[in-house]
Amino acid sequence: MNVINFTPQSAFVGGIIIGLAVILFFVGNGRLAGVSGIVNNALVSKQNRTDNFLFIVGLVLGPIFYAFFTKNNIPFLITSSLPIIIIAGFLVGIGTKVGKGCTSGHGICGISLLSLRSIIATIIFMITAIITVKLIG
Amino acid sequence: MISRIISLTSGTIFGVGLSVSNMINPEKVLGFLDLFGQWDPSLIFVMIGAILVSAPVFFLFRNKNKPLFADNFSIPTLKSIDKNLIIGSGTFGIGWGMVGFCPGPAISSLALLNAYSVFFVLSMLGGFLLTKLVNKIIVVPQ
Repeated sequence: MNVINFTPQSAFVGGIIIGLAVILFFVGNGRLAGVSGIVNNALVSKQNRTDNFLFIVGLVLGPIFYAFFTKNNIPFLITSSLPIIIIAGFLVGIGTKVGKGCTSGHGICGISLLSLRSIIATIIFMITAIITVKLIG
Repeated sequence: MISRIISLTSGTIFGVGLSVSNMINPEKVLGFLDLFGQWDPSLIFVMIGAILVSAPVFFLFRNKNKPLFADNFSIPTLKSIDKNLIIGSGTFGIGWGMVGFCPGPAISSLALLNAYSVFFVLSMLGGFLLTKLVNKIIVVPQ
C-alpha cells in the first residue's frame, strides 16, 4: 500500500460542513440527511415530497455556489465505461433501498447515532467496495 | 415555510461539503477504496469531521420531543441486523466500488453537467423503482 493524493485538511473541513448540514436538517426538520432515502422517497412517496425535492435541489446548488464563490475548479473524473456506470447505478439503487441507507444515512447519520445496524452496514459496504476495486481496478 | 428553507439550505450545505472535500469526484473516492494499491485515506477524514459535528448534537437532542420547525423527529426505529441490511449494503458497496459514486455525490455532480452522472442517477432511480416493484410482488413479512 502506498499513500498518495491524501488531502486531510480539505477532507476534514468538508466533513465538518457536511456535519453542519446534517444537524441543520435534524434540529430544524427532525430528519436524517440520508441521501438515498431522501431521493428514493422523493421518487416513490408523497410524504415530505417538497422537502425531499428541495434537499435534492440544494445538493445540486452546493457545487455551483462553491465554484462561484471560491473560483475553484472542482476536480472531477469518471473513467468507467457507460455499461459499467449503468450497472453500478442499478446496484447502488437496489442496494441502498434494500439496506435502507448509504454512505450518508448509515455512514454519517447512523454512526453518529451509535446505531449498531449502521455500523455493520458501513463495514459491509466498505468491504465489498474495496474488494470490487481490487478485482476490477 | 421555514422547514422548506431548511431543506433547501441543508442540501446546499451538504453539496458544498462534498465539493470542499472533493468527495463529489469518483476518482477521489476510488482512491480511498483502492486500499491495496495507491491509497488516499481522505474519505475517512470526511466521515470523522461529519461525525464529530453531528454526534454531539444528536446526543444533546435525544430527549427533546420536537425539532424546531416540524411536529416530530423521524428517526428509523429498526434495530435488528437482518438479511436485508447485509445483502443490501453488500450490493451497494459493489456498485459504489465499480464507479466511485454513492447517492449524495452522484446527485451533486449533476451540477457539473457530465452525461455520465446523469446516466448513473437515472440507473439508480431505476434501481429504486425495480426494488419497489419486486417488493410489491414478493410480499416480505416484516
